[in-house]
Amino acid sequence: MTTLTDRAKPVNRKPMTFLESIYLWNIFLGMIITIKHFFKKKATVQYPEQTRSYSPVFRGVQILNRDEEGRERCTACGLCALACPAEAITMEAAERMPGEEHLYREEKYAAKYEINMLRCIFCGFCEEACPKDAIYLSETHAPPAYNRKNFIYNKKDLLIPDPVTQPEEYAQAKGLREISKKNK
Amino acid sequence: MAEEQPLLKVTIDNITVEVPAGTTILNAARQIGGDVVPPAMCYYSKLQNSGGKCRTCLVEVSKGSEKDPRPMPKLVASCRTTVMDGMEVKNITSQRVIDARNGVVEMLLINHPLDCPICDQAGECDLQDLSFNHGKDGSRFDFEKRVFDKHTLGPHIQLHMTRCILCYRCVFTADQLTNKREHGVLDRGDHAQIATYIEKSLDNDFIGNVIDVCPVGALTDRTFRFKNRVWFTKPVDAHRNCSKCCGEVRLWMRGDEVFRVTARKDQWGEIATASDGKTGWICDECRFEKKKTSDWVIEGPTKVNRQSVIAQNKYVGLVKPPEFLQEVMDGTKPRYMLDIHSVSGVNEPEIRLDLIDGPAHSEDFKIADEKRKELEQ
Repeated sequence: MTTLTDRAKPVNRKPMTFLESIYLWNIFLGMIITIKHFFKKKATVQYPEQTRSYSPVFRGVQILNRDEEGRERCTACGLCALACPAEAITMEAAERMPGEEHLYREEKYAAKYEINMLRCIFCGFCEEACPKDAIYLSETHAPPAYNRKNFIYNKKDLLIPDPVTQPEEYAQAKGLREISKKNK
Repeated sequence: MAEEQPLLKVTIDNITVEVPAGTTILNAARQIGGDVVPPAMCYYSKLQNSGGKCRTCLVEVSKGSEKDPRPMPKLVASCRTTVMDGMEVKNITSQRVIDARNGVVEMLLINHPLDCPICDQAGECDLQDLSFNHGKDGSRFDFEKRVFDKHTLGPHIQLHMTRCILCYRCVFTADQLTNKREHGVLDRGDHAQIATYIEKSLDNDFIGNVIDVCPVGALTDRTFRFKNRVWFTKPVDAHRNCSKCCGEVRLWMRGDEVFRVTARKDQWGEIATASDGKTGWICDECRFEKKKTSDWVIEGPTKVNRQSVIAQNKYVGLVKPPEFLQEVMDGTKPRYMLDIHSVSGVNEPEIRLDLIDGPAHSEDFKIADEKRKELEQ
């Protein structure tokens, strides 16, 4: 019979000797391998006390960006929804009224903006398509939820804190990356 | 009776076509079709005297005619130059033409604000297509772009003068379609702008057609302003009995809501000929006031060019899988676990964007938000 590979070994079918049949030697050999692993670096971490850092190119849950003055950057141009392969993004636009200039950067803004996180595949095309630097994929994963309802993210969930009116929350949200930079 | 004119032979990009005398090079190229057709921003076949302004249709004439085979020294505007017998024209085969066209696009974009994310014309804008095909990545223009005070032309037409490329199409439309012209180009040079003299508002029956002829987003429909992007609405051909116009229109719909009504356009982006043989201009009543599905007899979805962004997310020949749940469950109807309107604020049944006269404002959404809160309590 021809073998498929040249690495095939014939099985040794000789009856075991007395020494072999008490298995002590083989157990000892096995234990050496086990004990070796005590002194190796662990592959796991003690989550949630310890967390692993995300890669800098990690694509996590989306955020809607504001400019330095705290105005929303999104103008509801629809390019993110157009680029989205999963058709997860929907929006409705409105015209900025006089007196709302401190809220919205442009004449038109997204009155409603929703991402269906059950559909989102975190490809990052929305970030790539955005002409206004308005949507970014952050460095945190989307939190789990028990209810389907909680996966429809609206503007309240997505917008970052206002750097002017909520500086503390803003600093906290900016958070981990800044801290890790400082530690370096 | 006049003697029948012999057909003239003209060769455009090595393709020969026979056209009657008096045809322009552009129209001869349109008879061939395809890539050899020069782009046109100002020329509009349905408007008399249009053309010759934007210079995007420049072509090279490498042989003047059979009798005088000398080439024309400069590039010529194909929309204004008539063909001669034996003429040879180079459009995309000439590097000179391509360079010149790139230059023209750069010049048209000098004062253009490039606010496509806000502009309602984005997706069906001739200038957008042109600059996509011929434009440069950056601008060499270091100075401030010209700006204008905001100006609305009547209750339904929004003017964005900064986007205008001064093609004069709207002026010809207003001149040729309406009885009394109240709208034209004022001032000169950089200050030239389309406006109505002494704040006259436009209330002619056919003035809405200036929106359709505008190659850029300078004139847009106020009833559609900011309501949705063009490519998220679904174009549908429809008609109604109208005493003023042909009544053959294109509806741009989201679900059952009619967001916008425009005239039907042909492959050149111009208003198509209606079934009665005339140009299908539509009246302002059809365009601005008939925003209910019940006003219209719907003929069927419009055929959209596959290369157009409007074709996105529109699945041709979509076959929905059969509803089998009821069958499997011995006739009991399935109980849906999630009503999308209870979670999603987009496309809420309480907010009828199609029935709001102008663009939606924060007020319109606030009312609906309050209603929802009441419902929750």
